[in-house]
Amino acid sequence: MIENRPWLTVVSHATLMIGIALVALPVWMALVASTHPASAFGVGHIPLWFGDAGVDTWKTVLFEKAGNGIDTPVFFMMLNSLVMALGITFGKIAISLLSAYAIVFFRFPFRNLCFWIIFMTLMLPVEVRIVPTYEVIANLNLLNSYTGLTLPLIASATATFLFRQCFLSIPGELVEAARIDGAGPFRFFFDILLPLSRTNIAALFVILFIYGWNQYLWPLLITTDDAYYTLVMSIKRMLSVTDGDIAWNQIMATTLLAMLPPVAVVIGMQKLFVKGLVDSEK
Amino acid sequence: MTVTFPQKGLPWLLLLPQLLVTAIFFLWPAEQALEQAFYQEDAFGLSREFVGLENFIDLFTDPLYYQSMLTTLLFSFSVAIFGMSAALLLAVMADRVIRGKLAYQTLLIWPYAVAPALAGVLWWILFDPSMGPIALWLESAGVDWNHYLNGNQAMILVVIASTWKQISYNFLFFLAGLQAVPRSLIEAASIDGASPFKRFWTIVFPLLSPTTFFLLVVNLVYAFFETFGVIDATTKGGPGQSTTTLVYKVFEDGFIGLDLGGSAAQSVVLMGIVGLMTVIQFRFIERKVQYS
Repeated sequence: MIENRPWLTVVSHATLMIGIALVALPVWMALVASTHPASAFGVGHIPLWFGDAGVDTWKTVLFEKAGNGIDTPVFFMMLNSLVMALGITFGKIAISLLSAYAIVFFRFPFRNLCFWIIFMTLMLPVEVRIVPTYEVIANLNLLNSYTGLTLPLIASATATFLFRQCFLSIPGELVEAARIDGAGPFRFFFDILLPLSRTNIAALFVILFIYGWNQYLWPLLITTDDAYYTLVMSIKRMLSVTDGDIAWNQIMATTLLAMLPPVAVVIGMQKLFVKGLVDSEK
Repeated sequence: MTVTFPQKGLPWLLLLPQLLVTAIFFLWPAEQALEQAFYQEDAFGLSREFVGLENFIDLFTDPLYYQSMLTTLLFSFSVAIFGMSAALLLAVMADRVIRGKLAYQTLLIWPYAVAPALAGVLWWILFDPSMGPIALWLESAGVDWNHYLNGNQAMILVVIASTWKQISYNFLFFLAGLQAVPRSLIEAASIDGASPFKRFWTIVFPLLSPTTFFLLVVNLVYAFFETFGVIDATTKGGPGQSTTTLVYKVFEDGFIGLDLGGSAAQSVVLMGIVGLMTVIQFRFIERKVQYS
C-alpha cells in the first residue's frame, strides 16, 4: 500500500463484509426456509432461524419426488442436467477445437467465409429466434431427447475464437519441426496441439459447464416428458402450481440443489474460472 | 504466418461438424424467421398468406411495442448502472485490502454460477408481500410492497435479481482493471498530497474507462438477452406489461399468443439489434488491444 490510513482499511473491510452479507442474503434465507415444514409459510412470514424439518425435506426432494406437481426426484433431474451440461461442454470444445485447427493450420478456399459463418452464431442467440428454432427441432423429431437438449447448443463462436487465438500463438518452427520429423496433421493435433491447449481447454470447460447447467429456456421449450426434465427449468414448472398450494420448503431445497453444482465448480476451480471468463471475452 | 499442412480435403472434414450445427440450428431458423416475418399464419399452422411488410407495420404502429422498448431500456440501463456501481465500490475496496483478498473474491464471485431463473426465485420470495422478510420490513417502514399488483415494484424486483447475479462478473473485471493501474502514478499523486478520494477520481477512474465501457456493453447485452429466466420464473412480464422486455415479448407473442408472423417480425428486429451490439463490442475490443 502507498500510505497507511488505518480508518480507510477498516472502512474497506467493513464495506466488503456488508457486500458479502447482502450477496449471501437470499441464499441464507432459502437455506433457512428449507428447514421448516410447508405449513410454516402460510402463517404470515418466513421463519428467520433454522427449523428442524430440514433433513426430511431435503431427503424427500432429493430421492423421492421434488413436489409441487413434479413426481421426479431432484437426484434424477440432476442427472439430466449433468448429461446436458457435459454434452454441451464437450460438444462445444470438440467441434471448436477442430474448426480452429482447420482455420489456423490449413489453407483452403472460402476459409474466411467459414470463419464468418461461425462468427454469425454470436448474433443469433436462441432467445431472439425462439419460434423458428422450435419448429426446426420439432421437424427433426428431436423434442424430448438428449440430442435435442444438447446438439442445437454446441455451435460456439466464442470457443472457436479462443482456440484460434491460442493456436496462432504457437510458433511456426514448432509445426515445421513436427513436419520434418514426419508428423502428419493427426499426430500433430493429438501429440502437440492438445497438450499445449490443456489450460485453455480446462478454463473453457468451467465456463461452458456453468453455461450448460444453467440452460433454462431451451429445455423448457423442448421437454414435456418428465424423464427429460432438467433441474433448473423444473423450478418454473414447480412454481406454476396454484399459489396457495406451493410447498415453499421444497422449492427452496430444489433451488439450492440446482445451484450447488455450478457454484461448487466456480469456488473449487476459481483460478480456471477467472481465466476462462477473461479469455472468452477477448 | 503459421506453417500449414498441405491437405485440401481434411480441413473441410474438420469444419464439417461446426458448420452443420450452425447451418441447421442457427442459419435455418434465422432464415425461417425472416421468411415468416412476411407471412400471416393461422394459429394451427394450416395455411398462411404473404402479407409483405404488414407484420412490421403492425409492430411499429403498436404502442405496446414501444412500451416494451422503453421497458427494455429502463431495465437494461438500471441493471448495468447499479451492477457496475456496486461492483466498482467492492472492487476498489478489495484492491485496497492486503489481508483476505482472495477470501473476499471467493465470497463475491459465486453468484455468477447461479442460473438467472433461480436468482429470480430467490429474490421473489424475499419480497413476497405476504411472507417475505424484506417486504414485511418495508411494510413496517411504511412502504406498501406488492409486486403482484404494482408494476414499478415488479420492475425493481427483476432489476435487483438480475443485478445481483451480474455483480460478480463486473467485480472481477474491475478488480483486474484496478490492478493494472501503475502503482507509480498513484504513488506520485500521493506524494503531491492528493487524498485517496481525489486520486480515485482523477487518476484511477479515468484509467478504468476502457474496462467501464467494455462492461457497459457486456451488461447491456446480458440484460437484453440473458435475463429471460429471471422474468419468466417471476413476473412473467407482468403485472400488465410492466416487465415485458423485447425478448420476453417475442416468446410471449409467439408461444403464448401464437402470433407467429408478429413474433417473427420481432425476431428480425432483435437480430438487427444483436448484430449492432456485437459489432460495437468487437470494434471496441480492437481498440482495447491497441490500448494496452
